[in-house]
Amino acid sequence: MTRITASLLALAPLILLGGCEIGTKTVEQVGPRGSGTDLVVHKATTPKVAAVPPPPFELTIDPAGQKASQAYQNVQVLGDLSADEFNYTMAALTNWVSPDDGTLKNGGCNYCHNPENMASDELYTKVVARKMLQMTRAINSQWRPHFAASANGGNAGVTCWTCHRGQPVPAYRWSAAPDDAATLKGKKFGQNTPGMTTAAYSSLPYDPFSSYIADKQEIRVQGPKALPRGHVASIADTEKTYGLMMHFSNALNVNCNYCHNSQNFANWSQSRPQRVSAWYGIRMVRDINNNYISALGDVWPANRRGPHGDPYKVNCLSCHQQNNKPLGGYPMLKDYPGLKGPAAQTMVQAVATTQPAAAPTAEPGAAPAAATPPA
Amino acid sequence: MAVLSYERKYRVRGGTLIGGDLFDFWIGPFYVGFFGITGIFFTVLGTALIFYGAAIGPTWNPWLINIAPPDLKYGLALAPLKEGGLWQIITICAVGSFCSWALRETEICRKLGMGYHVPIAFSFAIFAYVTLEVFRPLLMGAWHWGFPYGIFSHLDWVSNTGYQYLHFHYNPAHMLAVSFFFTTTLALALHGSLVLSAVNPGEGQAVKSPEYEDTFFRDLIGYSVGTLGIHRVGLLLALNAGFWSAVCIIISGPFWARGWPEWWNWWLNLPIWR
Repeated sequence: MTRITASLLALAPLILLGGCEIGTKTVEQVGPRGSGTDLVVHKATTPKVAAVPPPPFELTIDPAGQKASQAYQNVQVLGDLSADEFNYTMAALTNWVSPDDGTLKNGGCNYCHNPENMASDELYTKVVARKMLQMTRAINSQWRPHFAASANGGNAGVTCWTCHRGQPVPAYRWSAAPDDAATLKGKKFGQNTPGMTTAAYSSLPYDPFSSYIADKQEIRVQGPKALPRGHVASIADTEKTYGLMMHFSNALNVNCNYCHNSQNFANWSQSRPQRVSAWYGIRMVRDINNNYISALGDVWPANRRGPHGDPYKVNCLSCHQQNNKPLGGYPMLKDYPGLKGPAAQTMVQAVATTQPAAAPTAEPGAAPAAATPPA
Repeated sequence: MAVLSYERKYRVRGGTLIGGDLFDFWIGPFYVGFFGITGIFFTVLGTALIFYGAAIGPTWNPWLINIAPPDLKYGLALAPLKEGGLWQIITICAVGSFCSWALRETEICRKLGMGYHVPIAFSFAIFAYVTLEVFRPLLMGAWHWGFPYGIFSHLDWVSNTGYQYLHFHYNPAHMLAVSFFFTTTLALALHGSLVLSAVNPGEGQAVKSPEYEDTFFRDLIGYSVGTLGIHRVGLLLALNAGFWSAVCIIISGPFWARGWPEWWNWWLNLPIWR
């Protein structure tokens, strides 16, 4: 009996070690020494940066060449491109979204086009693709502050590949969570379901998206004083913001310290510039979800909608796919000038009317100039 | 001569671990010993260095004085004095003085012919400290990973270090440690209130014997662990609190780098219900 107990006791540490990841960790100090603001990731399980497909062919820009709008009919977005660049962009787009390599039923040009009449809008996918081209150009021209910290002088930009990765529907998407069952056991108020990746496997609310990146609910739940005085946010709202933050963390494979100093989460002067990128990112994703995806309305067929009937939308994971910079920050846009969109536009309304909770003042350099509120 | 009548046995010669008779003497009521000397040395030096650190720092506000470990780039090497080197020397002094105190306790136990319960119990606290400031930094490859010396600053460190793993309350060893800490205080409260009730009876009544104390808890919860047993329970709870605290931080980083909620996926993935 004693021997059995002793051998069981000797086994216990081994069993405990079984839950560990013993491999090398990649670490980075991101704040003052002693503050505990450090990044730690397990090297072996860090998601690899996905490959970027090469351009379809070498593009020679011919400003004097025939425009796409002259060469083809019904070109509403890319009409200012040369016919050659238009074909180049269409070929790339096909590779990115509906490749004709056998991986996809009905892949290739005919995924969007009627081969008898390429100009026809009869397939819904072509209508969606047009909206997505407008969206891509809007992101690359109007939401550049989100990429301000990226390589290539903040011009990393996005292409269809950033989300789609060779699939007509991006792998990482969301739609409004289904209602809880109306039973005593099933009514879980949208939380306490720890298997959900959206809240990084915690029991926190798993659909923070409807409130924060479709609707315009604010994250400002932290009280202005150390002691619980003057609080306006409920525990439920606070937990929902935590659920959103868990999503950020999961989507970028980073911890809370990547943006915040937990000494005061809300304080911009103690936060890293990455938090400014995230602030713009929230508003960018809202813009994408509301003004481009949901704006397509009845164009979406039933199999492109969630259980509530709302279309599949994007969140941070759609592009980032567990890299803090999508595709490792590779400036893919440089090869596709047609997707850049008009330069130097005024910021869209979402940025002009709201601003970071407190303007960064104490530490110059802690936040880029883009974070200062517009006059 | 003893200060109190029952302390006569205190001044027993011998039982030293090191130094033989050399340091086997008392200053007033205080036993010195070899480890008393080393303890005083490390304590005075470490405290003086903390004051020096405060003097070259930005504030004398006792809440805000902060002596931080080195930057990550120094790894396990010595850092310049004003960039974490001070923290390194103070850490050596702290470990030296804590261990000296435990070994001095051991010598006193030997003199008194009693068990080593007190130094063993204290060694759990030392173990937790050394785990935080030495073992985990060694495993992470840099002294940077230790906590800073400062009242507010070490709390900020605890907070940020917890958020490195998204939600520290999901750390299984942290769960155990917190439960043991709370249970320790609950047990102490129950025990203390029971003793105070027994020895402070109502006007004109006699002090109650342990038989009454046992009866009270047998009535209340069906069991009394007894007058000796409660102290064993208290020791078990307190030592486990310190031990699992050490475990919960040593696994965070060296053995787990993701969010702690994700660790529990093994439970969700058990073949019984997955």
